[in-house]
Amino acid sequence: MENWNYNTVKVGDRIPHLTLEPISRTTLALYAGASGDHNPIHIDLDFAKKSGLPDVIAHGMLVMAYLGRALTNIIQQTVIQEFSVQFSSMTQIGDTLTCSGVVIEQINNDELKSITLDLVVSDSKGDKKLSGHAIIKLKKS
Amino acid sequence: MLNRALIGKKYPPVVFNVEKQRLKFFAKATGQTDPLYFDEAYAVDQGHPSLLAPPTFLTTVSMEQEKPYQYLEDLNIKMGRLLHARQMYSYHAPVYAGDTITMESKIADMYDKKEGTLQFVVFESHFKNQKQNKVAKASSTLVVQ
Repeated sequence: MENWNYNTVKVGDRIPHLTLEPISRTTLALYAGASGDHNPIHIDLDFAKKSGLPDVIAHGMLVMAYLGRALTNIIQQTVIQEFSVQFSSMTQIGDTLTCSGVVIEQINNDELKSITLDLVVSDSKGDKKLSGHAIIKLKKS
Repeated sequence: MLNRALIGKKYPPVVFNVEKQRLKFFAKATGQTDPLYFDEAYAVDQGHPSLLAPPTFLTTVSMEQEKPYQYLEDLNIKMGRLLHARQMYSYHAPVYAGDTITMESKIADMYDKKEGTLQFVVFESHFKNQKQNKVAKASSTLVVQ
């Protein structure tokens, strides 16, 4: 995949949007298996209802994994120094998620170049599922 | 009210072998399209020793402990009342298929908001590889409603 040219990246530059297939029960079953997160709130409708929810909800870490894909699609993973998110609403079955990100800060001195991105995952109605940050650090030789 | 005496409680280390099949399954489950994460020949061609573990893969390590939800018992929380509020990773070195990762976790903090109706528990985890090199640190904040 084509990586960003870190020499020309500037504040305001965006990473390409990543829009996912709608979340299905199969998506959640697969993620439960792959991640080992078998919390029934994500895979068992009866349990979700007993917990006061209308349906199962997606794993927050699945949504963060999608956002990670949006990052590594354009940024070499090994230069990502920090990746953090704050979950703001539950992701439901049928939601179509879009991951986006924008450069908000750039530090460029003799030893170091660092880039900070603001990140968001929203559904097709514009409801925010999470917001986050990534910090990229490039050492200068 | 959560038992704040448990702040600082450490959990037994978890040793996790990063297997190719697990990375491929994780790639499939997250809809990964970059072959770096599921095609070993491609990863090697790109200069990596094997398949690269993606940024959030370390979440699987904590699920492989003998009792991944022991903390629910310790804190007397029902699983259905729990949501993930925040997650942070800082990275020191890449994790590849074939690595053996050791995770050490503790309850780092607890606090509440909205006059105690929302209670937060923060777990901090440190990950090392088989060479004893630090690979990552994670902080997970859960909210109990």
